[in-house]
Amino acid sequence: MTPRQRQRAIRGSLYVLLIAAVAAALLFADWASIQRNFFRWDIAVEMFPEVLTRFAVNTLIYTLVAFVLGLVLALILALMRLSPVGPYRWVATAYVEFFRSVPALVTILLVNFGIPLAFGRRVPGGLLGIAAVGLGIVAAAYMAETIRAGIEAVPRGQMEAARSLGMRPSQAMFSIILPQAFRIIIPPLTNEFVLLIKDTSLLFVVGTTPLTRELTKFGRDTMQTLGNATPMVVAAFIYLVITLPLTYLVRRLEKRGARGR
Amino acid sequence: MAVDRTAPPIQIIGLGKKFGELEVLKGIDMQVNAGEVVCVIGPSGSGKSTLLRCVNRLEEPTSGRILIEGVDMTDPDVDIDRLRTRIGMVFQHFNLFPHLTVLDNLTIAQRKVLKRSKHEAREIAVANLERVGLIDKIDEYPNRLSGGQQQRVAIARALSMKPDMMLFDEPTSALDPELIGEVLDVMRRLAQDGMTMMVVTHEMGFAREVADRVVFMDGGVIVEEGPPKDVLSNPKHERTRRFLSMIL
Repeated sequence: MTPRQRQRAIRGSLYVLLIAAVAAALLFADWASIQRNFFRWDIAVEMFPEVLTRFAVNTLIYTLVAFVLGLVLALILALMRLSPVGPYRWVATAYVEFFRSVPALVTILLVNFGIPLAFGRRVPGGLLGIAAVGLGIVAAAYMAETIRAGIEAVPRGQMEAARSLGMRPSQAMFSIILPQAFRIIIPPLTNEFVLLIKDTSLLFVVGTTPLTRELTKFGRDTMQTLGNATPMVVAAFIYLVITLPLTYLVRRLEKRGARGR
Repeated sequence: MAVDRTAPPIQIIGLGKKFGELEVLKGIDMQVNAGEVVCVIGPSGSGKSTLLRCVNRLEEPTSGRILIEGVDMTDPDVDIDRLRTRIGMVFQHFNLFPHLTVLDNLTIAQRKVLKRSKHEAREIAVANLERVGLIDKIDEYPNRLSGGQQQRVAIARALSMKPDMMLFDEPTSALDPELIGEVLDVMRRLAQDGMTMMVVTHEMGFAREVADRVVFMDGGVIVEEGPPKDVLSNPKHERTRRFLSMIL
């Protein structure tokens, strides 16, 4: 076979494989059962509008508080990692390494059950507080690295120009370096936000009330009550509707960033 | 901190600088007097940029002293940020702040460091943009400007602090040849207005025409210095002659 013939043969067998797989799915799947158990229109309709107005909103609120707290913490950690004072760097490094290595679920459990045991009081704010602290702590570990990379991506001459105009290091950092760093890291930060949306589904472990549930817990409860998987499919669909535009936005920002630099 | 306006703006005494084992400056003594334009020339690696960057302590000197208007810049207790407002600096790569408009580039340090009012800072910025002929670019972002325009804005930014002296670190080396003239024109006018200037440059024409004194450096020392007609046209030292013959 010539290389060209070989290529054609490979391409052909790939198509055959795909068609075979689709045919098998069509033949062997019980479509009526799938529709009955996963795509019941009446059940799906019944879930609206609460699934949006309450449970999707809850998901977004938990994400937002965790993101805001995480971002503030991440900024502090990033500045600590760049500090000339050794112990600051060590503490920040230890923090980042620890919370990136431990499952988010473990951190949430530690915050929810560990803090009351250790300090004799719960995290204030109920589930919202747990979301902010538990998920925020984890998100901060990831975002700290992102912010540090952003700061280091700003050319050295920017700091030199700012200092030569008489700015103190902190003034130069906050009015010259950070605004540029954040512009660079908007795409990865948006990605972090998307990950956080999905991580809110872990909050069920701390116990919820009917009104504080987020999308996944609501979907699961409804699924178990009705003995039908449609609610989970609806929840999945809503995650998709929320995150797809964000992922698309990231891609556009990255393209623009690649052009603009 | 008593600023002595009768003291020379820049006085460099026994300045040494090492990067690890590499000795870049080996005891530099020189002085720039008020209103004087001093051009520092020399082959690359001669330490001339390091010398200039030591003057406002962007590089930390290893030994020696720098007096700015009589105040010791190398004293650890000196308010270096305050002192730096007296020293304008222009970089090879302009280093304009890309996230700010031209106007904000010129006002941000005035506002944050000198605490000038918004109105006053703007007026000073406008005056300096007119001085470099770029008032029509006041609301543009730096990346919309040519290299020559960016460097003129950078000069205006430094001037907006109303410094007593200006340092230029190879201000035309990153420019396309056709853009060099406009920057040199601005610098020439600045010199005519009596600004004290220390210029690291490869522009021998500019040095010959504008400088009061030319300093030739090689290997971390000052090889010779004097009026441009002596150093550039009639150099005493073999190394100076060799350098000039290579670039002219």
